Amino acid sequence: MIKLIVQLSSPSLLRSVSVDLNNDSSLLIDIPDALCERDKVKFTVHTKTTLNSFQKPDFSVSRQHEDFIWLHDTLVETEEYAGLIIPPAPPKPDFESPREKMHKLGEGEATMTKEEYTKMKQELEAEYLAVFKKTVQVHEIFLQRLSSHPNLSKDRNFQIFLEYDQDLSVRRKNAKEMFGGFFKNMVKSADEVLISGIKDVDEFFEQEKTFLLDYFSKIKDSTAKAEKMTRSHKNVADDYIHISATLNSIAADDNTALKQHLEKFAELLEKLRKVEGRVASDQELKLTELLRYYMRDIQAAKDLLYRRARALADYENSNKALDKARLKSKDVAQAEENQKQCLLKFDKLSESGKKELTSFKGRRVVAFRKNLIEMAELEIKHAKQCVILHSTCIDLMDSSFIFAVVQVRGRR
Amino acid sequence: MQVHRDRILIKKSEQIWIEDNRHWLGWVETFRILLVFLRQQLVYNYKKVWELDPGDVLGCAQMLIFFMFMSSDATVELTLTAPNSRGRKEIIGPTEPLSTTVNTHGKLHVANTSNKPSEEVEEEESGDTFELNIAVTNPEKMGDGMNAYMTYKVSTQTTLPAFRSKTFSVRRRFSDFLGLYEKLSVKYNLMGCIIPPPPQKSVVGMTKVKVGKEDPSSAEFVEKRRAALERYLQRVVSHPALLQDSDVQEFLEREELPRAVNTQALSGSGFLKMINKASDAVNKMTIKMNESDNWFESKLQEVENEEQLLRRLHASVDSLVNHRKELCSNTAMFAKSVAMLGSSEENSALSRALSQLAEVEDKLEQLHQEQAFSDFFTLTELLADYLRLLGAVRGCFEQRMKAWQRWQEAQSTLQKKREAEAKLLWSNKPDKLQQAKEDITEWEAKVGQCERDFERISSTLRKEVHRFEKEKCRDFKHHIVKYLESLLRSQHRLVKCWEAFLPEAKAIV
Repeated sequence: MIKLIVQLSSPSLLRSVSVDLNNDSSLLIDIPDALCERDKVKFTVHTKTTLNSFQKPDFSVSRQHEDFIWLHDTLVETEEYAGLIIPPAPPKPDFESPREKMHKLGEGEATMTKEEYTKMKQELEAEYLAVFKKTVQVHEIFLQRLSSHPNLSKDRNFQIFLEYDQDLSVRRKNAKEMFGGFFKNMVKSADEVLISGIKDVDEFFEQEKTFLLDYFSKIKDSTAKAEKMTRSHKNVADDYIHISATLNSIAADDNTALKQHLEKFAELLEKLRKVEGRVASDQELKLTELLRYYMRDIQAAKDLLYRRARALADYENSNKALDKARLKSKDVAQAEENQKQCLLKFDKLSESGKKELTSFKGRRVVAFRKNLIEMAELEIKHAKQCVILHSTCIDLMDSSFIFAVVQVRGRR
Repeated sequence: MQVHRDRILIKKSEQIWIEDNRHWLGWVETFRILLVFLRQQLVYNYKKVWELDPGDVLGCAQMLIFFMFMSSDATVELTLTAPNSRGRKEIIGPTEPLSTTVNTHGKLHVANTSNKPSEEVEEEESGDTFELNIAVTNPEKMGDGMNAYMTYKVSTQTTLPAFRSKTFSVRRRFSDFLGLYEKLSVKYNLMGCIIPPPPQKSVVGMTKVKVGKEDPSSAEFVEKRRAALERYLQRVVSHPALLQDSDVQEFLEREELPRAVNTQALSGSGFLKMINKASDAVNKMTIKMNESDNWFESKLQEVENEEQLLRRLHASVDSLVNHRKELCSNTAMFAKSVAMLGSSEENSALSRALSQLAEVEDKLEQLHQEQAFSDFFTLTELLADYLRLLGAVRGCFEQRMKAWQRWQEAQSTLQKKREAEAKLLWSNKPDKLQQAKEDITEWEAKVGQCERDFERISSTLRKEVHRFEKEKCRDFKHHIVKYLESLLRSQHRLVKCWEAFLPEAKAIV
């Protein structure tokens, strides 16, 4: 398989989805390069810090995707952070699509000319690279969001993640834990159904809940459709390669005046497909990635709401238990204590939840704005480039046969 | 015009008769003169037949010999005039007498002019002093159920004097177009002209139309067919020889055409055609032509290569069209979904921006759709047409090969007859000898005929191929420019769409 070492020279360009990262220079994290071996991707996490809690001011470690997942899960399971929106875990690096294409290309090699094959191969390698860059970016953003959050950046596990020299050798979840995780998911989805029915006392949370639930389903739909759209865009760009290559072979055989026109046309198509490819990938990056990221973020926000609702349910349960205890006049103190705890937890959750959700709203709007503007600007730039390419090609072709065109018009 | 035609036809029959029988006409003449002379002798000398003496007979013999010489000259003379009359016959045969006055009416030239030996004259760009515009429009469904069919309005605008009026239109159905092609190919196949093939039959498409489904795919099918028929007719009339043809003119002018039944798929002639095609394929594999002129061999190779490459290009452009259609539908779905997202968005500015985005994507979808249509009609159909035309060119080459084959066969038969004659001479059977000699002369004539056919087909084919290549050049350039212009237009509109969206995006707070 391919071994790629990617030097990401300008990380700021890639950081398109979230805007408020790395404002605090006390803890700067980035992923300067990554290695891809077979299915595994090894990220080099580089930290620069002025905080005392770290042993060194500047260090790097090598981490795998599973380590990131471990970190995320640990944070989710920490009770303390129940009132916070935990940044969503980065998705697994998915090289399936380019790999499939590579396979198909290998099968169809016999039917294509040499140039066509090399071009397709280049195209595929570019695609592979794009997927790779994307996954690096997503992982980087995850870490950066953690580092910019006032509470989460102080988490002990996070520090271990950044610092620990050796391989974290995260224990794979054994069967019991997997089952436990599965069960928890079931409970969560049951909760979802329950909670979406209950009307919340607090106006703010009620609004947020309805909005988020609705928005989530819509954004999920949009993400899927956007993915399909960018994929068909990519297909169109790929088709231009085939056409351009065939035109070149026709032009090679042709001896008439048509030869140069065919060559110019083939050249144009070659340039066109590069532009179209870039349009497709820009669209992918700005639009689809944006939607995808916020889909996951909204899921995290929903998780917060559920935790709060769960806490509320716990509180109510504890109330009931207290009443029962009072009735039986047994273990009253314990039940009271329990109730007080639950109330505290619930209040804390509500408070931090409110803060988080408001900041989330603002963040979302800003990110959307930035991405939509950038996408529009890029589309305009590419379209203008296409216009220039087309008009130069037409001029080149026209100048040599205005006479012929007039003839044609006369006949028709 | 009718009278003129009849007279020419009479002349033609006479001439044919003379040519076919010239080998013994000489003898008839001789005998006739001999009889005249004998009669003279008898009348003037007042003798009876039984009173003729050797002196008279000798005198007769002398005169006979003299006249024999005279008559053999006459036969020679007849053969000398044969090519000319043959040439004239060729022109007269399938076409109207118009062609005999070809040099006075405009500057049209007929494809096979044996009176003009110089090739350069044919190569020149014929200064078209006439105009003929054809359009195929208004498809209409006639009839009902499975007997339904579509008719198309064929309107012609012309300044050619051959037609009765300047603008006229008729309604034709698809089988009429196929019938025209059949007639033309029967006439011109042996001459080596490249006849443009009509669009293909499509049982599936037509059944859908017949059944009466008003869905967009059947409308698309009808539109595709209409455009294909228009292109077909335009190609037919741009061929100078075909334009002169009475069948073509009749097709354009006549109100009601007899139904061309031999174009139906399941008819007797359909089966005949299939059998012919099969035998042709077998022949192709078994004949190995001894090519005297390399030009033809290299050209055929070129044509075959080109056909292969065009086929690949056609497949690629087809997939481009499909992918663009896919892109179009995906964009439409995305637009709807973004609209819903925008409506559920709480931030009003963002909501507005998102609904604007949905509108932009909607416009893009239309753009993509139009682009897909343009892709299809400009490029794909052009390529499909040229694939069929290249097939027709190959067919002409095959015809030439068949002509050569016939020539070779005639030569071998002649050889056999000569051998038979030699055998007879040797075995001394005078009665059969006569027959053999007659056979030989007959076959010599046939060999000569075949050779001339072959030469004629070769030269016509050469000119046709040149003309075809020029047409192809022009066609391709024209269509490529048209396609590029359509791409340019859609990119302009794309720019406008996004530029309209940008301020909305910037307005998000």
